[in-house]
Amino acid sequence: MSVFASRTDKAIDITNVVLLTFFCAFCLAPLCIVISSSFTDEMALLKNGYALWPTEFSIQAYQVMFETSRIYDAYKVTIFVTVVGTVLSMIVTSAIAYAISVKTVKYRNKIAFFVFFTMLFSGGLVPTYLLIAKYLDMKDTVWVLILPVLISPWNMFLLRNFFATIPDSLAESAKMDGASEMTILFRIILPVSLPAMATVGLFYALGYWNEWFNAMLYISDEKLFPLQYLIMDILRNIDFMNELAGKFGGSTGYTPPTFTARMATTVLTIGPIIFVYPFIQKYFVKGMMVGSVKG
Amino acid sequence: MEAVKNRDITSRLPGANRKNGLLRELNRNKHLYLLMTPAIAYFIVFAYLPLGGLVMAFQNFNYVKGIFGSEFVGFDNFGFLFSSGDVWRVTFNTIFLNVLFIVTGTITSIMLALMFSELTNKWFAKISQGIAILPHFLSWTVVAMMATALFTTDTGFINVILKGLGFESISFYSEATYWPIILVFLKIWQAAGFSSIVYTAVIAGMDPGMYEAAKIDGASRLQQIRYITLPLLKPTIVLLTLFAVGKIFYGDFGMIYALIGDNALLLPTTDVIDTYVYRALRMLGDMGMSTAVGLYQSVVGFTLVLLTNYVAKKIDEDSAIF
Repeated sequence: MSVFASRTDKAIDITNVVLLTFFCAFCLAPLCIVISSSFTDEMALLKNGYALWPTEFSIQAYQVMFETSRIYDAYKVTIFVTVVGTVLSMIVTSAIAYAISVKTVKYRNKIAFFVFFTMLFSGGLVPTYLLIAKYLDMKDTVWVLILPVLISPWNMFLLRNFFATIPDSLAESAKMDGASEMTILFRIILPVSLPAMATVGLFYALGYWNEWFNAMLYISDEKLFPLQYLIMDILRNIDFMNELAGKFGGSTGYTPPTFTARMATTVLTIGPIIFVYPFIQKYFVKGMMVGSVKG
Repeated sequence: MEAVKNRDITSRLPGANRKNGLLRELNRNKHLYLLMTPAIAYFIVFAYLPLGGLVMAFQNFNYVKGIFGSEFVGFDNFGFLFSSGDVWRVTFNTIFLNVLFIVTGTITSIMLALMFSELTNKWFAKISQGIAILPHFLSWTVVAMMATALFTTDTGFINVILKGLGFESISFYSEATYWPIILVFLKIWQAAGFSSIVYTAVIAGMDPGMYEAAKIDGASRLQQIRYITLPLLKPTIVLLTLFAVGKIFYGDFGMIYALIGDNALLLPTTDVIDTYVYRALRMLGDMGMSTAVGLYQSVVGFTLVLLTNYVAKKIDEDSAIF
């Protein structure tokens, strides 16, 4: 290859890396601002504004957040919902996904359509609200954060498509040996599907961790607010900040860390995701690829 | 009459057989049908029962009396709705914002995918892709908090920079005109990296032989992108865009409501059908009316999905969703 070609190649490589570095900076900068302002002194923040690094380092915002019980309550709710919700979702989703992946089940396509239709047409917000609030009476219970979002049809089809790729001979030979359907599912299908199960499980876990819509609709008891809705509440609700101000505003000339405390709460909310992200990233990429292949 | 009756009887015969077949089928695969039951129960309760609630759109709904006690008013809710003008405004906003998101999102994610696939350093590829996808996993409430750090008047990051450069500070939270562009930026920030994965996967699956042949013919890398990669990506681009168009009638409630909330100053450009329904429900408390808006959205949205799927089928038999 000519010298000229390799030189333009090099130019392309460098431009490419530079542009992507810019894009990554664009992705990280807002997070960086949030984290840095959570560690900034309130007065300095009000004077200098939000910045990429703390102008005056302080951990007061975190001290204040840990003094109130709200962040602990919210963590408890979010962890419960994420763990219990993910386990329940996985059990119910993999059960139906396996059942409709078995080719001897005559009505499997009808049932797949029954599930698929819910992705196309829904009753919308108001009828669902009425059902849950009035007829099921689930307001202000922790289950309202789990049950209405128990199964995602998208995840269900992702799993079904994966199960369908498992060779029938595997299940058939087990059947010859007298294994029941349950044994086949738990002893053969699930163990060979671990990567797909991990992907779907992570999608569910993330969905539960980030859930706030149902909390906004159905939860008014502050003790049951999940983390994401706590942020929303702090963002909208000045009362909480005033309460903080009253609690810590004893001495004169003291500025309660209201704005920095908001940022500290945000950091505490995204912290766990950022921590585990490097380890689970590959599953999401894989999941997207499996999902993009139509089954 | 007689003939019709006769035909009824004869057509019922295979039906009767089918009924037996149903029981036999249920019995033969009873374990598998048992496995489906919890999920089916879930869908019946949380997806199909609310469909029945759509009758509220035709009622002067009263919460205490409930669905069975409220009086029917025919199409009154719709009449009132479409004469108010609100519904046209939110419909316009929904479509306008979605078109902006689709166009800018598609372009950025294709560019990202091309850049990721051209990377020669595996280590850098992994890290940069990881960072680009990360924002997708943060909720919109977190993004909303982040937005206040960026756009607050005087102390916001953008305004600090503007002031540093000698410009006036902008009060973003009281100027509706800025928000479509802000929303576009936040949407790209949140979604472009994640949506690029599909394109990256398609590019990775392309036949390397083609590129070898092009190289031998002296095609530069840019020419390879222009004449091989992009044409081969076209079916994927067309389909993903079609599906996005199918969902054009649904606003991103999580995004808009978390960012805008009930800020009345910003509603002229940001209020979409979904946020409108929510506010109508919460503030007016008129459930019949809110359901009517929801039904209008579901019906038009459903029609659009069917339409785009039909077009997708025309283009490529295999790529239609159903």
